[in-house]
Amino acid sequence: MANPIYKRTGRLARLILRRDRIRIPLWLIGICFFTFIVPIAFLGLYESQQDRDVMAETMENPAMIAMVGPHDLSNYTLGVMTAHQMLLLTAVVVGLMSILLVTRHTRADEEDGRIEMIRSLPVGRLSNLNATLVVYTITHILLALIVGFGLYALNIESMDLEGSLLYGAALGGTGIVFVGVTAFFAQLTESSRGTIGFSIAALLIAYLVRGITDVSNESLSWLSPLGWVTKTEAYGVNNWWPILLMLGVSIILFIIANYLNAIRDLEAGFLPSRPGKKHASSFLQSPIGLALRLQRTGIISWAIGMFVMGASYGSVLGDMDSFFEGNEMMMQILASSGEGHSFTEQFLPMLMIVMGILATVPPVMAMNKLYGEEKKNHVEHLLGRAVSRTKLMASYLVISVINGFVMISLAAIGLWAAGVSVMDEPFEFGTIYGMALAYYPAILVMISVSVLFIGYLPRLTSLIWFYIFYSFMVLYLGGIFQLDDWVGQLSPFGHVPQLPVEDMTWMPIGILTLIAIVITAIGFVGYNRRDIHG
Amino acid sequence: MSVLQVYNLKKEFGKFKALDGVDLEVKKGEVFGFIGPNGAGKSTTIRILLGILKATEGKARIFGRDVWSDAVEIHKRIAYVPGDVNLWPNLTGGEVIDLFVKLRGGNNKNRREELIKRFNLDPSKKCRTYSKGNRQKVALVAAFSSDADLYILDEPTSGLDPLMEQVFQECVMEAKEAGKSVLLSSHILSEVEKLCDRVGIIRQGKIIETGSLSELRHLTRTNLLVETNKPITGLPELNGVHEVEKRDQALAFQVDTEELDAVIKHVSQFGIVKLESAPPTLEDLFMRHYEGKGQTESGAGGRS
Repeated sequence: MANPIYKRTGRLARLILRRDRIRIPLWLIGICFFTFIVPIAFLGLYESQQDRDVMAETMENPAMIAMVGPHDLSNYTLGVMTAHQMLLLTAVVVGLMSILLVTRHTRADEEDGRIEMIRSLPVGRLSNLNATLVVYTITHILLALIVGFGLYALNIESMDLEGSLLYGAALGGTGIVFVGVTAFFAQLTESSRGTIGFSIAALLIAYLVRGITDVSNESLSWLSPLGWVTKTEAYGVNNWWPILLMLGVSIILFIIANYLNAIRDLEAGFLPSRPGKKHASSFLQSPIGLALRLQRTGIISWAIGMFVMGASYGSVLGDMDSFFEGNEMMMQILASSGEGHSFTEQFLPMLMIVMGILATVPPVMAMNKLYGEEKKNHVEHLLGRAVSRTKLMASYLVISVINGFVMISLAAIGLWAAGVSVMDEPFEFGTIYGMALAYYPAILVMISVSVLFIGYLPRLTSLIWFYIFYSFMVLYLGGIFQLDDWVGQLSPFGHVPQLPVEDMTWMPIGILTLIAIVITAIGFVGYNRRDIHG
Repeated sequence: MSVLQVYNLKKEFGKFKALDGVDLEVKKGEVFGFIGPNGAGKSTTIRILLGILKATEGKARIFGRDVWSDAVEIHKRIAYVPGDVNLWPNLTGGEVIDLFVKLRGGNNKNRREELIKRFNLDPSKKCRTYSKGNRQKVALVAAFSSDADLYILDEPTSGLDPLMEQVFQECVMEAKEAGKSVLLSSHILSEVEKLCDRVGIIRQGKIIETGSLSELRHLTRTNLLVETNKPITGLPELNGVHEVEKRDQALAFQVDTEELDAVIKHVSQFGIVKLESAPPTLEDLFMRHYEGKGQTESGAGGRS
């Protein structure tokens, strides 16, 4: 580092390590743990080659290929299975790790004025950028080695040394590519939010392009860095070419980032920050408009997420019966429910519980936002004007209630639409949608509990998440642990009729709705009585 | 006619007594200065007035209505600026101003544009990028572009530069000329001195002094600077003389107003060369109430 513009890069690298001495190990431990636990779990779940071949069969449909990528399904060993189902998704997580950590040390530091302090010292102009690049490149090499040798050390027959090292290298390589991508966007944008936004967009586009091309035309997947991950075919043909490609692209991105950093002013970017609106739209000028505007992005992302989740469950419905015949654990869970129905029909209520409880998360978040706003001292602006507490709370409640309806509906529509395309005798839309809507009153009860907390014990509002988590654990896993009925009935979801196995009963639905209305009303009374803290 | 009346207002947070019997009155058309150190209870009082906190005891009325039960009706006629303005980071300043004006009801586009220009605010920027001063400008523009009858301002100028503080003072004076009332809580005593007709001083949840500035001054000390032919003797021993300090040839000291006559008589024996007298600044008043707990309490008690 003789050139003065790189002066003290080493020292800055040590500063980064010091600041991230917890973060880096946490990310590494998390990713490695996740990577090692899966083949061990698979070993227990799919003992014989026959089990795995059944699994391979369910994987052979466009929806699954779009989600996890293609692989050699004719030789579905445990190694191939792990690489097929886990490698790509783990690579996305590693990419996310790069984006968050690199932004933190480049644009975020610059935006907060810390780089200005550093640059006033005898430190080179490009030292901080390169210190960041060096630290995270080494971090990802370390990740590649730990994962590679770690997987080999599991001592599973089909997971040889070369395949394991390639698996690790694919993860580390993806990480380094996204170090470069983030470093590049850190030069272009003027805010850390912009850097993270553009980088995550790049990650998502890479994932989508790969998904679309894998289904339509596999050779086009070479366009996406995430396509290279699946092209390695770790534990199969062990193709090392994509790794070299990753390193080459990373070096090019590093050079571009360095060049852009060298020619720009401190705290400037290349993408101009465009001025915002000078006036509020008429939509924004009410408490409900404001509440909706604040949650817009979150609601849209959740809506897409719910639909995709429904569709991915739906895409496996076609192979359900053949799949379950080979899986003892699932048989045990399902044995507790009724007879005379196909496995697919018996499996549906379980899917619905998962979807119903997941669909509860966004509306409860929407309701809790009211207290979040109070903590940020935003509520006093509204209550200090001609807005009553009832109107304010009702605005959030309306959004939450509609939110819940939209979420459960989208999940059901996704499930049905994907189911139609893969099943020989698809379900009627009404059957699926009716099953899903049966959960709506239970969702309303959860929202009402949230209202109650905000009305009386706002500091404990987050306890609602324990209640939701409890519902999930008890109802989803209740079959395995043979729990008593009352344990499940403590949750509103425990009272929902399990269509289509059970018959539709309106009593619990009506009672749940009534309970939700009463609890909500009590919550409103409390909110009108208590002190607002901001 | 009084616009705002507070009688024996008490507020407890658990065991902590934030307010311990506050009495206040703001009359129509006057600017009332509400001063006191951090944690004395200014913001708590204001939040009760806004119906955001519920009083434990006591009465508070604005426009003759109860601040808790008639909050929404009252808020249609008041404008509030908090000291710590927290805004939504992803909305622009212009959007927030429109939202605030709309939520109060009423709309005055010309006034809005004029104030944005006077406060030199860029309304097209996201609130995330605003400094504290700029966030305060957003709240001030929203408040003064609404046609309120009572302005409640809680330390509104703590982040403004001197130029913008000038603009703020003009806005308050304009409101006053239009016959509006203002409750101004502030730390900047020179500002209060310049703007306010009457002042209330709060300490540890109690109002310890209220009145016009001249009334308050009368109750306190005058600053004197005296230069004499012969050195003055025996001055510190006199009743009502405080903080004697030698400055070059002269002596500077403070005198309790009721003892002024006796002190002047004493000093004149030594042949006065130069005599400067200054009314106590609000800062003197303020410091006097806060300099020591014991001393202040006996002082406050003696006066009432």
